Amino acid sequence: MSPAPAKRNTKTMNRFELTARLVSKLKNEEAVIGGIGNSNFDLWNAGRRPQNFYMLGSMGLTAPIALGVALAQPKRRVFALEGDGSILMQLGSLATIAAVNPRNLTIIVWDNGIYQITGSQPTATAAAADVVEIARGAGIAQSAWASDEEDFERLIERALNGDGPWFIAARIDGKAPAAQTPREPVSIKDAFMRGMGTKAVS
Amino acid sequence: MPTPAWHEAVIQAFKDNDVRLIVYVPDNVLRPLIDAVHADDFFTVFAATREEEAVGIVCGAAMAGLRGIVLMQTSGFATLANVLASLAVAAQIPALLMISERGTLGDFQIAQAIVCRTMRPVLESLGMEHHTMTRLDEAHFIADRTIKQAYKTQAPAALILSPLLTAQRASP
Repeated sequence: MSPAPAKRNTKTMNRFELTARLVSKLKNEEAVIGGIGNSNFDLWNAGRRPQNFYMLGSMGLTAPIALGVALAQPKRRVFALEGDGSILMQLGSLATIAAVNPRNLTIIVWDNGIYQITGSQPTATAAAADVVEIARGAGIAQSAWASDEEDFERLIERALNGDGPWFIAARIDGKAPAAQTPREPVSIKDAFMRGMGTKAVS
Repeated sequence: MPTPAWHEAVIQAFKDNDVRLIVYVPDNVLRPLIDAVHADDFFTVFAATREEEAVGIVCGAAMAGLRGIVLMQTSGFATLANVLASLAVAAQIPALLMISERGTLGDFQIAQAIVCRTMRPVLESLGMEHHTMTRLDEAHFIADRTIKQAYKTQAPAALILSPLLTAQRASP
């Protein structure tokens, strides 16, 4: 049916562990948008931050939401955490991001080749699609696979200190998050707006 | 004083309410508005590849303090039920939509006509405030008040541009 995937030289890592490594490097109230399902659950599990937005629906829109935040607050660095199934749903958004060219935006894609939360059906990345090549083809020149945890941290450091947009992908395992984000969209939005300084702290 | 064109009334309402981000999927009826905002430094303007992507962008911007609106045609609105229900309505984010109404009042394309009939029922089902702009003398009032209410009530809202407004010539 599909060609065999190319041989990969990237280590299979863990989403929670990488999310925790990312969060530990955020010292300047950077915004983080966690995508639907496990991407935002593991962001939640990595510690509460007022600058986190947990996206509960609207699959595929993590990167567009992050782009909107990045445009609104160009001095704040913004990270989008997205799954492979989700980014495949909205590939055009990568072309938009390349065209708009926000210097403060980083897209991170966790790629385990499965729609993990719905029963681990294979995504197209399990066959032949390569999200870094797709991002580069969309025009995001600074796109890279993290080869291991240290390389991931090095790429994050680069995104924190240089001009973006950046696209970072990591191969991850199929381990489920330890806990799930409460499904409270209004509370999540209000907390995030306070974290962004756009709503008074009550 | 000459009567302003419909797009000038709309632009004035955007400026009066500090709506600076314009994300669109193009439409021929919207062209004078799109051309005018592109030419005006007040606005940040670009095209998105899909309407739901544009709604995501405008929701993110709204939460972070930049007011924005999505411009689209009727068929584009028909792709939005999920993002409106699960993001803008659920999280109470004042995403603004401006929809050029195709498929009515003489449209020759049956596909446009059928999709047009889904638009108001979807907006009603979502409980979204929506107003149809038909007259030049009401255009600024409707746009201005709808934007203000969206922000004051933290709710998405839709402005529908009727052919009664956009297909009429300001000076015959």
